[in-house]
Amino acid sequence: MNKQTANDREEILSVVNKARWDLGVNFHDTVIESIYADASKIARKTVHQKGDKEAYSLDIKIDKIVTSRWLGFPLMFLILALVFWITVAGANYPSGLLASLLIDYMHPILKSGAAAIHLPWWLDGVLIDGAYLAMAWVIAVMLPPMAIFFPLFTLMEDLGYLPRVAFNMDNLFRRAGAHGKQALTMSMGFGCNAAGVVAARVIDSPRERLVAIITNNFSLCNGRWPTQILIASIFIGGLVPASFAGIVSAGAVVGVAVLGIFFSLVVSWGLSKSVLKGEASAFSLELPPYRPPRIWQTLYTSLIDRTIFVLWRAIVFAVPAGIVIWVVANVKIDGISLAEHFIDWSNPFAFVFGLNGVILLAYIIAIPANEIVIPTVLMLTVLSSKLAGMGSGTGVMFELDSTADTAAVLKAGGWTLLTGINLMLFSLLHNPCSTTIVTIYKETKSLKWTLVSTFLPIALGLIVCFFTTQIWFLLQ
Amino acid sequence: MNNPTNCNSCPAHNRENLVKLGVDMTETDYVIALAGNPNVGKSTVFNNLTGLRQHTGNWPGKTVSRAEGAFSFNDKRYKIVDLPGTYSLLSTSTDEEVARNFILFGQPDVTLIVVDATRLERNLNLVLQILEITDRAVLCLNLMDEAKRNNVEIDERALSRELGIPVIPASARRRVGMNEVLAALEDVATGKYVCKPHKIKSHSPKLNHAIETVSAKLNEQFPNLPNLKWVALRLLEGDNSIMEAVRNGELGNLNPNISTTAEVLSYE
Repeated sequence: MNKQTANDREEILSVVNKARWDLGVNFHDTVIESIYADASKIARKTVHQKGDKEAYSLDIKIDKIVTSRWLGFPLMFLILALVFWITVAGANYPSGLLASLLIDYMHPILKSGAAAIHLPWWLDGVLIDGAYLAMAWVIAVMLPPMAIFFPLFTLMEDLGYLPRVAFNMDNLFRRAGAHGKQALTMSMGFGCNAAGVVAARVIDSPRERLVAIITNNFSLCNGRWPTQILIASIFIGGLVPASFAGIVSAGAVVGVAVLGIFFSLVVSWGLSKSVLKGEASAFSLELPPYRPPRIWQTLYTSLIDRTIFVLWRAIVFAVPAGIVIWVVANVKIDGISLAEHFIDWSNPFAFVFGLNGVILLAYIIAIPANEIVIPTVLMLTVLSSKLAGMGSGTGVMFELDSTADTAAVLKAGGWTLLTGINLMLFSLLHNPCSTTIVTIYKETKSLKWTLVSTFLPIALGLIVCFFTTQIWFLLQ
Repeated sequence: MNNPTNCNSCPAHNRENLVKLGVDMTETDYVIALAGNPNVGKSTVFNNLTGLRQHTGNWPGKTVSRAEGAFSFNDKRYKIVDLPGTYSLLSTSTDEEVARNFILFGQPDVTLIVVDATRLERNLNLVLQILEITDRAVLCLNLMDEAKRNNVEIDERALSRELGIPVIPASARRRVGMNEVLAALEDVATGKYVCKPHKIKSHSPKLNHAIETVSAKLNEQFPNLPNLKWVALRLLEGDNSIMEAVRNGELGNLNPNISTTAEVLSYE
C-alpha cells in the first residue's frame, strides 16, 4: 500500500533538512522548555503543599548517611556481611535437616530397595550413588541458603537500599570503564552468578553489558561460600587460639570476597581498555524514597521466581554430574580407577600451583555445581590416599559431620596451609558453573565471549595460585 | 429508581467483573500500554490488573524485557503491555525508544500513564510528551498514600481538566483505586469518554509552519501513519532512528495491526 520509492523518501528528508536550517539550532531546547513550562504551570494549579514535608527530610537524612563518602562503604560492607552471616548461620540447620532426610535416611532405603529388586551393581551405583546423591546434595546444600539469601536481597531492593549501593559503587565502576549498574549485577552474583548474568540485561550498552557478564563470576556465589567458610575455618581459623578462630576465619572469607570485587574492577578496567574499548556511558539513577517492603509478597516472588527456578536448573545439571563422578571413581583400568589415574598424572602439574590432582579433578567433574566440590574432594582424597574406614564406601560422595574430621582427612591427604589458601583463591578464580556458562551463552549468543568468560578466570586463578606458591616457597 | 442495572456502572460492583487472565492473551478486544517514570509503581499496577507477579525493582531499566499480560473486565478482554520506565520520550536510550515506538506505532487503544503523586511536576513532563503522541490516555495518580503522608494535596478534577484525560487517584500497593482505573480504561477504550488531551501550545509560528510542511510531505508518502505532526517534529529535531525509518521505508510498514508490536518493540 506504500508505493513510494527511495527517491520520494529522500525528498522528505531534504524538506526536513531545509526546514531545520530555517529553524536554527536552539529550537530543540525551546521544545523541551515549553513542555517543562506547561508541566510546571499545571502542577502549580493542582498541587498544594500543606505544612512541612517531614517524611522527605527523614529520607534525606538517611541518604546522607548511607551514601556518604566516608560511611557509605563501611556501612555497605557491614550490611552485606550481616546478610551473609544470616544466610550462612541460618542455612546450617535446615541444610543439616535436609541432608539427614535425603542422604542419611532416604539413601539407605533406596540402596536396600535396589538390592531387593537385584539391580546390577553398576546401575545401582550410577543411579543411586551417582545421580541421586548429587541431586540430594545440591538440594540440601543449595536450597536453604538461597531460600534465605534471595528474600533478604529482595527486601533490601524493596526497601530502596540497593539503588544506594549502586550509587556508592557507581564511581568505582565508571573509573574502570564499566557501568554503574554493574554494582547491582555484581551483588546479585553473590547469590548466584547465573542470576547475576541475567540481571546484566538492565545495562543498555552492549559493551558494558558484556563487561558485567564476563566479570560476574568474580562474585562468590552461594555455592562457593560453604567451601570458603569450611576451608577458612580448618586452615586459617586453626592458626589462632580457638577464641579468635571464628572472627579470623570470617575475616579471611570477607577478604576473599573483597578480592573478588577487586578482580571484578581490574578485569573490567582491562577489558574496557583493550578488546572492549569505550567510554563508560552515563545513566541517571533516581534514589527512590524508602518504602516499607511488602514482606509476604517478597517472600513469594523470591521463592518462586528465583529460588525454585535456580534450584531446578542446578538439579538438572547435577544429575549428569553425579553420574560422571561415580563413573570416574568406579570404572577401573588396570585395577586403578579413572580418577586415580588422573590424580597421579596431574599431581606434578598441580603442585606447581600449590594445588593437587584431587582439587583439579574435583573442579573439572563438579562444573555443574560448585556445591559438590567439597564432597567430591573428600571422596577423591579418601580414594586416592587409601584411607580406611572413612565415608560411606570408596567412590561415593560424602560429607563429614564435624569440621575436625574433615580437617583430619584433608591433612592425611597431604594438605597444608598453602593448599588451603590456594583452594580458597582457586574457588574464587575458576570457571563459572555450567548453569552460568549456559546462561552466558544464552545472554550473549556468542561462543567467543562464552569461552572468554569460562577460561579467563581459570587462567587468572592459576596465575594467582602460582605466585602465592612461589612466594610461599621463597619465604620458607 | 431501584433499577438493578445501575449496579453495573458502579465501580464497587465492577470488582467482581475483573478476571485476571495472566498471560492468556488470546483474542483481546483492546490493547493498553502502561507507561510512566521509573519508580512510580507501574509494575505493581500491572500485577494488580493481570494477577501476574512480575518481579519489580527500584532502579531504571528493571522491566528489561517488555512484559505483557491480560485481564478481562465487563466481558471485554484487554491486553496490557508494561513498557520500560522512562523520564522522557525525547532522547534515544533503548528504554525510551521502546516506550515511544510502542505508543506511537503499536497504536494501543489506551495508554495508562502511572505517575508518582509526590513528584507530580517532574512526572508531568512525560505525561505531556505522551499526550503529544496519543489521544487516548488515562492517568493513574499513584502513591496517593505517600502524598498524604507528605502533606501533598492534589486537585484531581482540576488536573483532569488541564490534561483532558481521566485522572484516577490510587495506591496500587494497597490495591486502592484499581477498580476506578479499570472503569476509566473501559470508558476511554469504548469511546464513552472522549479525551481532549492537552497539547503544547507555545510553539513558535515558524516551528508550526515547518511542522505543517513536513507533515504534509509525510502524508503523501505514508498516508496510514498515525500522528504525523509528532513524527514531523521528531524529524525536525534530527531524531536518527526516525530518519532511518523514513529512509528505508520502514515507517510505512508500521501497520496499526497489533501483531507488529513485537517487531516494533524488539530489542537490538
